[in-house]
Amino acid sequence: MVSGVRRIVLWLASTVTGVVLLFQYPTSTSSAPEAATVVAASPAGTTTGTDGATTVTGPAVDTRYGPVQVQVTVSGGVITDVEVVEYPDGDRRDQQINSRAVPQLVQETLDAQSADVDMVSGATYTSEGYAESLQAALDEAGL
Amino acid sequence: MTAAPTRYVAHVMGLPVSLALRGRHADDAAGRAAWAGTVAVLQAADRVFSTWRPDSVVSRLGRGELALADCPPEVAEVLAIGAAAERDSGGAFRVRRRGPDGTELLDPSGVVKGWAAERAAAALRALPDTDFALNAGGDLLCRTLDPGAAPWRIGIEDPRDPRRLVARVPVHTGAVATSGTAHRGQHLVDARTGRPPAGVASVTVVADSLTDADVDATAAYVQGRDAARWLAGRPGRTGLVVWSDGSATPVGEPAGPLASTA
Repeated sequence: MVSGVRRIVLWLASTVTGVVLLFQYPTSTSSAPEAATVVAASPAGTTTGTDGATTVTGPAVDTRYGPVQVQVTVSGGVITDVEVVEYPDGDRRDQQINSRAVPQLVQETLDAQSADVDMVSGATYTSEGYAESLQAALDEAGL
Repeated sequence: MTAAPTRYVAHVMGLPVSLALRGRHADDAAGRAAWAGTVAVLQAADRVFSTWRPDSVVSRLGRGELALADCPPEVAEVLAIGAAAERDSGGAFRVRRRGPDGTELLDPSGVVKGWAAERAAAALRALPDTDFALNAGGDLLCRTLDPGAAPWRIGIEDPRDPRRLVARVPVHTGAVATSGTAHRGQHLVDARTGRPPAGVASVTVVADSLTDADVDATAAYVQGRDAARWLAGRPGRTGLVVWSDGSATPVGEPAGPLASTA
């Protein structure tokens, strides 16, 4: 199936791609891998201080707001200190919610009042066609 | 609890651009300034990349009047994205192709819209405590800062009737792009055959970045009946293929590994 000519074309294409990629800007590869699985339940660390107090660091727990890790100090059987050693941060949280939903099919005929959507994605959007679109109705209705 | 978002509309690049803002700066001077900045970035991209303006950088590059080295650096960036899409689509997607008269055309519009909107959204991202949904000619970029807040509810237009929806998808933070037959200035063809794809009416892709979503939507669309199969093999994407007969195929894995704990 792959003719000699096609092979040469493919070789040329890949060479050109390689050269052009040298220019590639780092942000264009910003689709970071899902961070959700990064936070494994790390083994709890235990240290005993000179005063006999025991400090236990729990595993990082993945919450809907991001990973949270807590450190507890116990002295004489009493919890004397609780410290949060890892808070969810904004970036991590952004990635947390980046699992993609799959579009759900709908059947209804819709207008802006009943559409139950905020924005519309479509291939037919031009300034000429905009006035007729559901997006224009949404923008107009200010819902 | 969720107030209606504040909406803004402009027309840039021959395309309607809609913005919905909610939160602290939805309806104040900072929000309006960010919107103005977004529009300005889109207009600047149009001056560089428009294939409709004979004096644009890309038109002059295509006619051989400029060398790539003489162009602004974002031209090489966009062409690199196009080259990667060409590789990933097995050559179905190309920014350089033969025109009807046999001359080679440089048309990066399949890359530019998503890339430009992604770049233009930087001003919106800088708004603290403010969520946005930016719609650039049917391609969307969303942000929701509080994961407990309602996601943006995105409708996917019926390619046969722009007043109807074929599907809905909730998006907290991410991008949605749709490619089909009716983009102005886009004569979407399979670059391997030079012909429009058969069997497919539109392809919608949901991804983290709008650059990726837009390119993949076009690359899947031009592959015609292979669109859904190709898209299913793309990492980090979900989507919807609407076929010429009006039937539709959702694409993507069920919710990721995030459901556990909490």
